[in-house]
Amino acid sequence: MTTESLPFPGLQHVPATEVPQTGKDFSSDQEVRWCPGCGDYAVLKAVQSFLPDLGLRRENIVFISGIGCSSRFPYYLDTYGMHSIHGRAPAIATGLATARDDLSVWVVTGDGDALSIGGNHLIHALRRNVNMTILLFNNRIYGLTKGQYSPTSELGKVTKSTPMGSLDNPFNPVSLALGAEGTFVARTVDSDRKHLTAVLSAAAAHRGTSFVEIYQNCPIFNDGAFDAVKDNDTKADALIPLVHGEPIRFGAPGEDGLGAKGVVRDPATGGLRIAEVAEVGADAVLVHDAHADDPTTAFALSRLTDPGHLHKAPIGIFRQVDHVSYDDQARGQITTARAGHEDTALELDALLHSGDTWTVA
Amino acid sequence: MTKQVKQLDRVIIRFAGDSGDGMQLTGDRFTQETASFGNDLSTLPNFPAEIRAPQGTLPGVSSFQVHFADHDILTPGDAPDVLVAMNPAALRANLGDLPKGATIVVDSHDFTSRNLSKAGYTENPLETDALAEFAVHSYDLTDMTVEAVKEFGLSRKDAGRAKNMFALGLVSWMYGRPTEPTVTFLERRFAKAPDIRDANVTAFRAGWYFGETTEAFVVQYEVKPAPMPPGVYRNITGNLALAYGLVAGSTQSGLPLFLGSYPITPASDILHELSKHKRFGVTTFQAEDEIAGIGAALGASFAGSLGVTTTSGPGIALKSETIGLAVMTELPLVVVDVQRGGPSTGLPTKTEQADLLQAMFGRNGESPVPIVAPRSPADCFDAAVEAARIAVTYRTPVMLLSDGMLANGSEPWRIPEVEDLPRIEPGFATEPNHQTTNAKGETVEEFWPYLRDEDTLARPWAVPGTKGLEHRIGGLEKGDGHGNISYDPTNHDFMVRTRQAKVDRIAESLPPLEVDDPSGKARVLVLGWGSTYGPIGAAVRRARTAGLEVAQVHLRHLNPFPQDLGDILKSYDAVMVPEMNLGQLSMLLRARYLVDVVGYNYVRGLPLKAAELASAITDLVEATTGETPSSVSDGHQAPAAVKESVR
Ligand code: SF4
Repeated sequence: MTTESLPFPGLQHVPATEVPQTGKDFSSDQEVRWCPGCGDYAVLKAVQSFLPDLGLRRENIVFISGIGCSSRFPYYLDTYGMHSIHGRAPAIATGLATARDDLSVWVVTGDGDALSIGGNHLIHALRRNVNMTILLFNNRIYGLTKGQYSPTSELGKVTKSTPMGSLDNPFNPVSLALGAEGTFVARTVDSDRKHLTAVLSAAAAHRGTSFVEIYQNCPIFNDGAFDAVKDNDTKADALIPLVHGEPIRFGAPGEDGLGAKGVVRDPATGGLRIAEVAEVGADAVLVHDAHADDPTTAFALSRLTDPGHLHKAPIGIFRQVDHVSYDDQARGQITTARAGHEDTALELDALLHSGDTWTVA
Repeated sequence: MTKQVKQLDRVIIRFAGDSGDGMQLTGDRFTQETASFGNDLSTLPNFPAEIRAPQGTLPGVSSFQVHFADHDILTPGDAPDVLVAMNPAALRANLGDLPKGATIVVDSHDFTSRNLSKAGYTENPLETDALAEFAVHSYDLTDMTVEAVKEFGLSRKDAGRAKNMFALGLVSWMYGRPTEPTVTFLERRFAKAPDIRDANVTAFRAGWYFGETTEAFVVQYEVKPAPMPPGVYRNITGNLALAYGLVAGSTQSGLPLFLGSYPITPASDILHELSKHKRFGVTTFQAEDEIAGIGAALGASFAGSLGVTTTSGPGIALKSETIGLAVMTELPLVVVDVQRGGPSTGLPTKTEQADLLQAMFGRNGESPVPIVAPRSPADCFDAAVEAARIAVTYRTPVMLLSDGMLANGSEPWRIPEVEDLPRIEPGFATEPNHQTTNAKGETVEEFWPYLRDEDTLARPWAVPGTKGLEHRIGGLEKGDGHGNISYDPTNHDFMVRTRQAKVDRIAESLPPLEVDDPSGKARVLVLGWGSTYGPIGAAVRRARTAGLEVAQVHLRHLNPFPQDLGDILKSYDAVMVPEMNLGQLSMLLRARYLVDVVGYNYVRGLPLKAAELASAITDLVEATTGETPSSVSDGHQAPAAVKESVR
């Protein structure tokens, strides 16, 4: 049995397991060594308990990471894995995913790893649409090197390397991924196990590159960076859940029981803005279409994210469209070229003798 | 009219023109004709880094030198006997290389005051006695071409473009080359543009007839085929042979080839070539940068492919960190460096051997990497197969050091029989290799990714998808055996030594060095590596012809050195090491064997000149033995050689 019969088309050709697995099967014997309270623990737990749902053979799952706190991830999963070098995981995973169609390939990376030193590989993996799922743990700080600002830190951030405040504008990872032609772009939060698992499932189900930004708290060097979107008192007004086919509403419930705030088109700019539903009417609220081929609206949604102290952020799947993947095409070209040329010894002999030859008796 | 036929044993011809004049194609066609005629040959293309440098200028000159003979030859030749110059700049740029009495065939068409001044001439050299020392054949080849092809109705400009074929036809006549291969080639190449095809074929034939009928050319030369071992031959460039060798490494190991590469001169042709061979299961990935090229190749190796990356020196600089990761993760990987002039962007289209120490040491930490170097264009095939063998057998990245001269130069190649190629055994791990006892006292089967093979010290290669062998590798130090992260000081020391010992073990698999010392009495050894094989061999022959005794050894393996190298070095009174760098192999040999080798070093972006080297060898033999040779001259004037000791 392969996973074609399972609800994960993104994993077609990956052999399915005959014996049901549990989260424990995916825990390696290595002691987990993140700081107490680190958001990475929650994501690891969620991934370990979610992986059995994929129904894949454990030996056909590979996690590739770069460098950073989160990049220790592969050591704690009893699958195949490589803890590689800073920023290069998407490149290594591209080779792995292109060489083999029977593997489920995961990249674990962070904001510094993926967006700073490895930015080039990230955008090119996205535009190629290689079959892999990229989990970007965004803690908005450099943890492993002990607290310098990162490419997602808010402007003016005071850190060890920026005592008078950082000077560079942060990236919005979702905007970046959409700009890089990402075909599956989503955001979730470490502390929301249910949402995290749902997004990971959808990412695994997607054929091509899935990009998932995970807001991850670093209690040691950047504690509270996500308080507004996590705190029970504020999160209803801060998180904007995106659900395909549903109006984008959030905040404390209004008269109709749905969020009192909604995302509407701004006729003046063509962009999106947040409005009180009571003022604009429920019909004016934008219905989320993650499957729209044009990424413009998804991009506009990503811009609703507050770039500073993060008091507002849409979460969920911004975009999910079917485009042909690089590795499927690469293997397809080889299959086509091989047809009728399977005898490699014969082919090699013909190759070596190609062009003008002459015989010396 | 009847023409005199004169026998020659060898000829060196250089075709030179503007980069837009098609000189590379002309040289290549002449080479193919010569190869199929059965001469031994060696070629040296030389072109500017700019795609179209300003027309008619010295920097825009492109040339192609071919040396062919009725006997076995080793180099493209020091100085041309014949120069074909298509414009004033081509004449001026190459004149200095011509020995007295050389023949110059020149297209006078472009010798206008404007073009003369672009080339830096104040007077027309065709009208003064500037070329008095040479046999000059000056004709308006362009006009003759236009006239010959006028029936095809091409514009004057397009018609004139076929002048390179006219020149080729003329030179083909002068040396009695067969014409059919070129006619067939042109028919194939321009099949879709019949008027261009016909113009080129006609120009080529017209050039031939011009030689045959005009009284200006009274002598036709003949260079008889060279005796060569029986077999089927083809002419091949180093990049092509290297690409074929990689394909063979894949078929002989049964591992699909995965090339991750980023375009760079002079390595890109390997990417182009391999991208045509998907029928062998070859995947070529043109990456976003050099780092991604090698990263993807390493990822493919982890997946069970033969991972390969191809580049030149600047690309190696970018790949260094990933090479270190491959050293640490002990995965097979072939890293091809087609060396060019450096540092930095350096001389992209010129040759050099100055990446040896980069290949050897250019990484952080103790990071040993085996190094293999081909010695001639055709040898790139065997060297690539050898690099694949070492990479797969020892689970290690391997540096394959070609260079610009090998990449673009060509020579006849006796095509090997596929069944004679070595088999390479990947020997994938399929089962647990270690037992432990768990808390309950039961035996548990485990897979330890760093338990080594006793002979090779290679670790097991377990590819994803293999049940029960799930494991994690990475750049952090590994604990011996189990491979988990280890910060233990003793373990680190042990692993550093073990990685070195594994690379050193490769020497046990190498054949003894071939010492070319015909009398066994030589006291001077000339030792080289890479593309200097040709010039060194030719220089050693000259010295021997002059009555000197000189031994020659050429290294294919630069790391580890062959086991018998130390004894060989110590058995000679003097060792000369010619290199196109400032003494990199010299430095390694001195450090390793405490032998006071004498360097012979030029870094001109061009192959070493055999005549100059022969004279330096002669000096060393004289200084060592007190012998004086009869003469090492070969008729060409040899500039004074510079003998330098190690920096
Ligand atoms: S430094 Fe921050 S991100 Fe890193 S492990 Fe500690 S808490 Fe987690």
